[in-house]
Amino acid sequence: MSEAPAAPHTASAEPATGAGRLDLLLVPPRARAGWQVLPARVVAMCVVELQKLRHDRTELYTRAVQPALWLLIFGETFTRIKAIPTGGTPYIDFLAPGIIAQSAMFIAIFYGIMIIWERDAGILTKLLVTPTPRAALIAGKSFAAGVKALIQAVVVIVFAALLGVAMTWNPLRLLAVAVAVVLGSAFFSCLSMSIAGIVLTRDRLMGIGQAITMPLFFASNALYPVSVMPGWLQTVSKINPLSYQVDALRGLLLGTHAHLALDFTVLTAAAALGIAAAASLLGRLAR
Amino acid sequence: MTSDDEGRPGRLPGAAGPGRAPFAHRAPAPDATAHRAPAPAPDAGSASAPDAVTCRGLRYAFGETRAVDGVDLSVRPGEVFGLLGPNGAGKTTAIRCITTLLSVPAGMVRVFGHDAAKERMAVRRLLGYVPQQLSADAGLTGRENVALFARVFDVPRRERAARVAQALAAVGLTDAAGRLANTYSGGMVRRLELAQALVSAPRLLMLDEPTIGLDPIARTSVWEHINAVRAATGMTVLVTTHYMDEADQYCDRVALMHHGRIRALGTPDELRAALSARRRAARTAAPPTAPGTPTPTPAPAASPASAVSPSAAPSRSSDAAPTLEDVFRDVAGSGLDEQSGDFRDVRSTRRTAHRVG
Ligand SMILES: Nc1ncnc2c1ncn2[C@@H]1O[C@H](COP(=O)(O)OP(=O)(O)O)[C@@H](O)[C@H]1O
Ligand SMILES: [Mg+2]
Repeated sequence: MSEAPAAPHTASAEPATGAGRLDLLLVPPRARAGWQVLPARVVAMCVVELQKLRHDRTELYTRAVQPALWLLIFGETFTRIKAIPTGGTPYIDFLAPGIIAQSAMFIAIFYGIMIIWERDAGILTKLLVTPTPRAALIAGKSFAAGVKALIQAVVVIVFAALLGVAMTWNPLRLLAVAVAVVLGSAFFSCLSMSIAGIVLTRDRLMGIGQAITMPLFFASNALYPVSVMPGWLQTVSKINPLSYQVDALRGLLLGTHAHLALDFTVLTAAAALGIAAAASLLGRLAR
Repeated sequence: MTSDDEGRPGRLPGAAGPGRAPFAHRAPAPDATAHRAPAPAPDAGSASAPDAVTCRGLRYAFGETRAVDGVDLSVRPGEVFGLLGPNGAGKTTAIRCITTLLSVPAGMVRVFGHDAAKERMAVRRLLGYVPQQLSADAGLTGRENVALFARVFDVPRRERAARVAQALAAVGLTDAAGRLANTYSGGMVRRLELAQALVSAPRLLMLDEPTIGLDPIARTSVWEHINAVRAATGMTVLVTTHYMDEADQYCDRVALMHHGRIRALGTPDELRAALSARRRAARTAAPPTAPGTPTPTPAPAASPASAVSPSAAPSRSSDAAPTLEDVFRDVAGSGLDEQSGDFRDVRSTRRTAHRVG
């Protein structure tokens, strides 16, 4: 016990030496000009996402299994059956853009669960006390989802190419593919974060997430063209942003007929709307 | 063991004895007597410069629960201000109102003169906030955790690495900076969070129960780093805790909070002196065992340490200084009984703290 009073002294030597180099911690950083805040926060959130992926790639691998199975089993089989009218393109080619969009959507839907988890862990709380408007924080998160989905898309594209799907290698078209993937993921992550702001607990969101992803997938043109759907499903498909994303991806990657202008307009509007909705519901999570 | 217990009477006002000695370095000044003085002159500055935090009739309710129920307080620039109270007192809610996390009507909260309702971003730029839970991102390294906060506070790229390195050095995490935060101990995570808060050079550091759940060594270490940084930067610290002994040791002024209200406010010495005066007055007016006079609960006899501790020595109660806990029991009144579990916890934690050093 005689050494007990000495313990704090030894511990204090550490900060004392560090205290000599604190000059930068005396000067607050200059605030960025208004318009620069949004891109700066988006970059910050995307960097965090990439850093996390770099430390732990297991999610990347496990999430590659499902799209691989879809392409390999569903794609190959239905190519052989020729049951789905695809206008001349082999079914697996027709399917590949749909699977890219699907795997991106699955990743994005997970973001609502993540934001609840970050709320419970205090990470979100702390970010909300930084000079970051809620919309900028949500935009950052949704584009981080886009970055993650993009990496996933690269995996699926490479896999599809290995299966012999003839896709474009035109860099401009691939850039447009990237934009479509990011916009779609931004929308779906915001959808999920909005629901998170409504239901507030992880368990409830997990159930809802599972309940909506498959219907969103089936009520789109990812697996079959809109023309073969019954009338009511065609209507649902028309208001489903996933359909526009798949249409754009198909047009860009395969060179099939697509409504690119409409697709990108819908995707951009959906992403913007999603960010606004999720940002306005974020306050409920902070409470 | 005995040396610790001899240290306890050092809590007497004016007798900054051996009990204080290990913490005397908390202020940059080498003399142990000056360690309570806030960094800037407390009265000269307050007339012109705005207070670090001003709350006027602060209220916040969760449905029927009035978590904060009319709090008035001002935190002076440069001081370490402690918001004390048992669990459920409303400390966290008050902190969350000040940080702009919970929205309050205009005019209730000001931070360095900025209204928390009208100038959210300006307030946030002045704040470094460490919430009650351990909140570092486990999937990132220590350095990446701090760099994120450098980014969201607009630290320019060319000075980011140096600033992050300084923040990590200030909390003694330079060597662990490259490791994932999920390999850190609780005390290290707390220090990492401190670095995250410090990287933006806040003028007000808000710490919500910074030492909750930490072992005594880690608690001391966290406080040492807080004090070293405060000494070097002169920033204001607003801290909540339910460890009365910590508040006594490290805070310039404390507010005792209970059921959403502030029950007493002042320096620990003032509060204890006031209780002594009240007790003296009560004794002269009534027989020594007057009902209503809060008598300190004797600690379990199993611990030899408690036998000589001032709070458990009734024979000395006339001249022994009461502890902050005694003050709290006095001002909190009857409603404290259902919370007594908290205080027993604090007592036992304190005993452990003394045993380990
Ligand atoms: N998010 C919340 N929803 C409902 N009630 C809450 C919430 N947060 C705190 N409370 C209630 O408000 C009161 C004060 O809580 P809190 O500020 O956390 O106290 P402390 O930090 O002092 O332990 C408690 O009665 C608590 O149950
Ligand atoms: Mg609390």
